[in-house]
Amino acid sequence: MYPSDAKYTKDHEWIRISGSEATVGITDYAQKQLGDVVYVDLPEVGKSFVQGEVFGTIESVKAVSELFCPMAGAVVAVNTDLGQHPEQVNSDPHGSWMIKLRVSNPAEAATLLDSAQYSDLVK
Amino acid sequence: MTDTPAAPKKTPLHARHLAHGAHMVSFAGWDMPVEYTGIADEHQAVRTRAGLFDVSHMGEIEIAGQDALAAVQRVSCNDASRLKVGQIHYSGLTTQAGTFVDDLLVYKMADDHFLMVVNASNATKDFAWIKDQIRDVGDAVAVDTSQRYALIALQGPVSLSVLQPLTGIDLSSMKYYWFAPGEVAGVRVTVSRTGYTGEDGFEVFVPPASAERVWNAILEAGRGAGVVPAGLGARDTLRLEAAMRLYGNDIDDTTTVLEADLGWIIGWNKADFLGADVLRRQKAEGIGRKLVGFEITERGIARHGYDVYVDGRKAGVVTSGTQTPFLKKAIGMAYVPTEAAVLGKELEVDVRGRRLRAVVVPLPFYKRPRS
Repeated sequence: MYPSDAKYTKDHEWIRISGSEATVGITDYAQKQLGDVVYVDLPEVGKSFVQGEVFGTIESVKAVSELFCPMAGAVVAVNTDLGQHPEQVNSDPHGSWMIKLRVSNPAEAATLLDSAQYSDLVK
Repeated sequence: MTDTPAAPKKTPLHARHLAHGAHMVSFAGWDMPVEYTGIADEHQAVRTRAGLFDVSHMGEIEIAGQDALAAVQRVSCNDASRLKVGQIHYSGLTTQAGTFVDDLLVYKMADDHFLMVVNASNATKDFAWIKDQIRDVGDAVAVDTSQRYALIALQGPVSLSVLQPLTGIDLSSMKYYWFAPGEVAGVRVTVSRTGYTGEDGFEVFVPPASAERVWNAILEAGRGAGVVPAGLGARDTLRLEAAMRLYGNDIDDTTTVLEADLGWIIGWNKADFLGADVLRRQKAEGIGRKLVGFEITERGIARHGYDVYVDGRKAGVVTSGTQTPFLKKAIGMAYVPTEAAVLGKELEVDVRGRRLRAVVVPLPFYKRPRS
């Protein structure tokens, strides 16, 4: 269910790390809890975040939630498609990335959950 | 919102909601379905086909006796003397200050018998309030009959054609805001042409023990026409598009009927009712603030409680706001100073630290096409 090539946070973000770069999105569990996503507010390229810092917000018809950065880093790309098509987060949560980071502290990966641990968390 | 420490109550249709796979939430002390397949899907279904809602959590209070009309006239602001037997109107249960204890529908069952449908969150408070206010009104008694009814709402353009085969009541001759007793799926019910979505539709008052039978029969009859169960989430976005006020958000005991721009539910010509003098004075002297509709003109969504700025100054608050699934716009309602309550007036809404531009637009946001 939850791809094993990614790591997960307790706040329901996924992060796929590849060398010094990482891609971030929210999990299927998170999109189900939110319901129909209508708006995703993402940071600009170049902004830096520490682990656990709010990097954006996501709104469904019924609620607003904050997006937490799974690892420290600088934003190198933003998925601007989500501005026009926020519903992609519902239809393909693990394919709908939000930001790409240049990771500044790879050791933080050890603090994240793997897919089995995350599956346990949300079951 | 008050906390309800007791276990949430269940409507007679609770098991059906679980069987339909609903996402359940606690609302006004009840365990209610917020959505089944998704708010946007269900919203769209009601605008284009029909949705079936369990609104059994709503309260019913009946007033009976020779002086029932006088009692209703005292506690509610609309003029119930104009109702004929079988007719319904929207009204306010008002305080001495002309503000809302609750908003409600008043059904005239007989010359000496009225039924009020009130918000679930207020039912207990309303009943105590009414009993107290009508104590000296002669022959009139109020009874909380909420336990006697499950309430099922079928809302959307195909409602009539789906419900008609299940009942002997001639639904096409039933006018909007009228009701009739009869049978649906072989169950004794009362059917009214009312709703909280801005669509054509019917609400069916059913004995709790027969609620599942009526619910299943309507869903079955409507399967081919695309009728789906719909939850409280869609009910909220639908009512907001139709600019129907929500107690606790848009109106409460701090907002007067005139400030809520509901002057049309005030019976100006009837004898005194609670709050009449305040409302008459406000009508003569004008009001300081008024509820308006707005649309956000840049990217972002206003929500309940966000601050509204007029000409750079904090001047009001958003009472309801969402991104609507049908109109696909960020809309809302807010109290603003009367001088800013003009169509086209530019406002700003503070969305978590960002000031977004908005503009005052006519209400309702959505009006159903009349055939």
